Amino acid sequence: MNHFLTIEGLTAGDLNGLLDDADEFVEVLHRPIPKVPALRGKTVATMFFEPSTRTKMSFEKAAKALSADTMSFSPGTSSLSKGESLKDTVLTIKAMGTDAMVVRHKATGAPWRIAEWIDQPVLNAGDGAHQHPTQALLDSLTIRQHFGTLKGLKIGIVGDIRHSRVARSDIQAFSTLGADVTMVAPRTLLPVDTEVFDATAKENLDEVLADFDVVYVLRVQAERGGASVFPSLSEYTDRYGITRERFARLKPEAIVLHPGPMNRGVEIDGAVADDPRALILDQVFNGVAVRMAVLFRLLGGESNE
Amino acid sequence: MSDLILAKGTVLTAQGIEEADVRIRDGSIAEIGPGLEGDETIDCEGAWIGPGLVDLHAHFREPGQEWKEDIASGSRAAAAGGFTAAFAMPNTEPATDSGHVARFVASRGAEVGLIEVLPVGAITKGRAGKELAHLDELWAAGVRVFSDDGDVVEDAGLLRQAMDYLAERGGVISQHAVDIGLSSGGFMHEGSVSSLLGMYGIPSAADDVILARDIRLVEMTGARYHVQHLSTATGVELIAAAKAKGLPVTAEVTPHHLAFDHTAAQTTDPVYKMMPPLRSGEDRDALRRGLEDGTVDIVGTDHAPHAAHEKEVPWEHAPNGVLGLEWAATVANTFTDLDQAAFFDRLAVAPARIGQLDGQGMMPEVGGPANLVVFDPNIEWTPTTTVSKSENSPYFGLPLRGKVIATVYQGRVTALDGVPAS
Amino acid sequence: MAQVMDGGDMDRAIQRIAHEILEKNRGSEDIVLLGIQTRGVPLGERLALALEGIEGTPVAAGSLDIGLYRDDLDQRPKTELGATNVPGPIGEKTVILVDDVLYTGRTIRAALDALADIGRPSRVQLAALVDRGHRELPIRPDYVGKNVPTSRRERVSVRLVEMDGEDGVVIESRDET
Repeated sequence: MNHFLTIEGLTAGDLNGLLDDADEFVEVLHRPIPKVPALRGKTVATMFFEPSTRTKMSFEKAAKALSADTMSFSPGTSSLSKGESLKDTVLTIKAMGTDAMVVRHKATGAPWRIAEWIDQPVLNAGDGAHQHPTQALLDSLTIRQHFGTLKGLKIGIVGDIRHSRVARSDIQAFSTLGADVTMVAPRTLLPVDTEVFDATAKENLDEVLADFDVVYVLRVQAERGGASVFPSLSEYTDRYGITRERFARLKPEAIVLHPGPMNRGVEIDGAVADDPRALILDQVFNGVAVRMAVLFRLLGGESNE
Repeated sequence: MSDLILAKGTVLTAQGIEEADVRIRDGSIAEIGPGLEGDETIDCEGAWIGPGLVDLHAHFREPGQEWKEDIASGSRAAAAGGFTAAFAMPNTEPATDSGHVARFVASRGAEVGLIEVLPVGAITKGRAGKELAHLDELWAAGVRVFSDDGDVVEDAGLLRQAMDYLAERGGVISQHAVDIGLSSGGFMHEGSVSSLLGMYGIPSAADDVILARDIRLVEMTGARYHVQHLSTATGVELIAAAKAKGLPVTAEVTPHHLAFDHTAAQTTDPVYKMMPPLRSGEDRDALRRGLEDGTVDIVGTDHAPHAAHEKEVPWEHAPNGVLGLEWAATVANTFTDLDQAAFFDRLAVAPARIGQLDGQGMMPEVGGPANLVVFDPNIEWTPTTTVSKSENSPYFGLPLRGKVIATVYQGRVTALDGVPAS
Repeated sequence: MAQVMDGGDMDRAIQRIAHEILEKNRGSEDIVLLGIQTRGVPLGERLALALEGIEGTPVAAGSLDIGLYRDDLDQRPKTELGATNVPGPIGEKTVILVDDVLYTGRTIRAALDALADIGRPSRVQLAALVDRGHRELPIRPDYVGKNVPTSRRERVSVRLVEMDGEDGVVIESRDET
């Protein structure tokens, strides 16, 4: 593995291997001193061309827990605003001495371009509405911790799948790991072609809600021009929100996940979000462990150069 | 002046196909027959000899964007690809919306002298789609093809005016047919690949609705209408139906829409980004069949050079377009089943006819102009380089069949085995 | 290939080490055995059983993976991570690290670093089934099953029923492997 760009193409063995390593890093993170020297002397650059605090902090925490140094880039204060090209920016930061780059970019495929330009590992921290592979790992880990396996579980992904990189990565990871995945959304928020996904598409949540072992609630991305894809937030909540009433109709052992940040009262009721069966903070904690696993996989060992 | 002999080729003449040598002297074809000798001989054994290719759709970027290409480098690429004439699209800086820009383009082409460069005039001022350009001046400067290429003429009323004006004179409207509302925000064909990538798509209907609308306007005005870079199977059907009605409608397909479908875009490598986008395999196949049966009249390259730094960006930020002139004939030969007569019809005769270009696209005949190409349809090769200023070719590394051996323009060899004359 | 210990030798060595541990620590109270991944782990478990057999009370045993603490990560192929499973807090305990072969001492250095991140034992001792010499760091074992003089060109492999299907220790020259 030279880069970590996408879930697509990874086997169940690949995914479980990374999750097994992540289990060990969960143990490390529970130690009195939650830090190991594995990547001492390595420098990980977090290049977030699209603003994000949580994923960036999670990657930085993961790198630091492995004793790597971190450098961070934010577009607001950079020479990108002076017209510097993405390629020049990347080459400039690499010249300062990086060993790996964590990239988030709102343009689909940007991490692939960067991987062509530099001869060191690139980790995709989210590109466009395309992929967010470490999110899929942390979601898979959270489900695996809870149920022991994903095999045979019924997982419903509810919400704006069309614009969601989380959904694309999750569908691929969950289905590869043996889960039965259903996408639930109004037609305007489903991918135009749903056939390319290893998942069933449904428009009526209430028909399928009671089947799910896991309800994965996607964020309503109001910034993605919500008004043009559905008429109102209240209509969305009525049809797709995980309200207290819907939560009560779930299987008693079912769990609720959300990639954050949440819009309480829109896609998820506040009381549901705070229920012990909503494992949202476990997801956040696991995010650090899976990112440690990926960083260690890419940087811990003979260098590829 | 010395004699040039094109020896032992298969010559496509008005009388048919014959194995013969061609003697070229003083810019004209002096003799066609067996066993000719001269001062210089090009071995054409196994190759087709026919009229020099004519491209109805090229971007030479001059004036204004000479870092991408200029008329000299574009002419070299054209000559290397077997072309003896090319129509230069008006999306330059300034746009070719007045007589003096059109004259500059034509005269700069003549100065370079490798091909005949014909300016395409803008339909609207500054290609802004608001008011008609100086169609009178452009006409006087010799312009016969009019287009806002790069942009659609969105306003049907304005297009109708242009059609009425040009119908009277016999000029041709060349439309970049795409609906703004359906395409804006889209970056690739709307389908399985865009769904997988989470990218906004451009549905095939974006092209089809404008083409259907425009055909109705042709019916109303009687203007000659040419649709550029047809990309959809429905578009092929619309053209067939319009032709069945006897409307003066013609269509082109680009080499890249013959060669690829949208699965090439899955890499998100911007070399595959163009407008209209690469569409489904079914669309691609319909375009191939349409070119073969003549529903689609011509291959137009849409040769669109962009500098490396402009394409070395994420897909969404990259400009649309790919190079095409050097490989258009090869790509058409590789991906469609065209015999020698059909090949020269789609790449030379028909484009010259649509562009109302005299002295080009003519079957070789004694006394006729020596604008010729020698094309070997059987050579298998893989392109790796270009003579263009830019390098955005999707064909590098792709095994292809058929190669331009030599290009002759006004009796002079302008390219030999892919290398243009200086 | 030469066998230096068979199953019987190994059992006797573990019994002897168990007695030495009890003698040195005056019983098994407050002792935590940590086997170093991978072959130290079953050896630690065997030692725990031996101690229990003598004393009649169970002894805590766990595992320690030192993959993340190696000083030569850059020179090694990608490391497989093993489990670190420490049975309860180790502060104020006597931790006995258990490894199969003691060689350069670098593994033990890494294990001491790992231990320091997990807690602060009152004492740390080291038990090795085989000590083959060639130390590169100032580390010495407290308990040794067998001292086996080797050359650096040789390779000592410990085979355990739990993972290899049989017990025994053999020396191979590098050329044979």
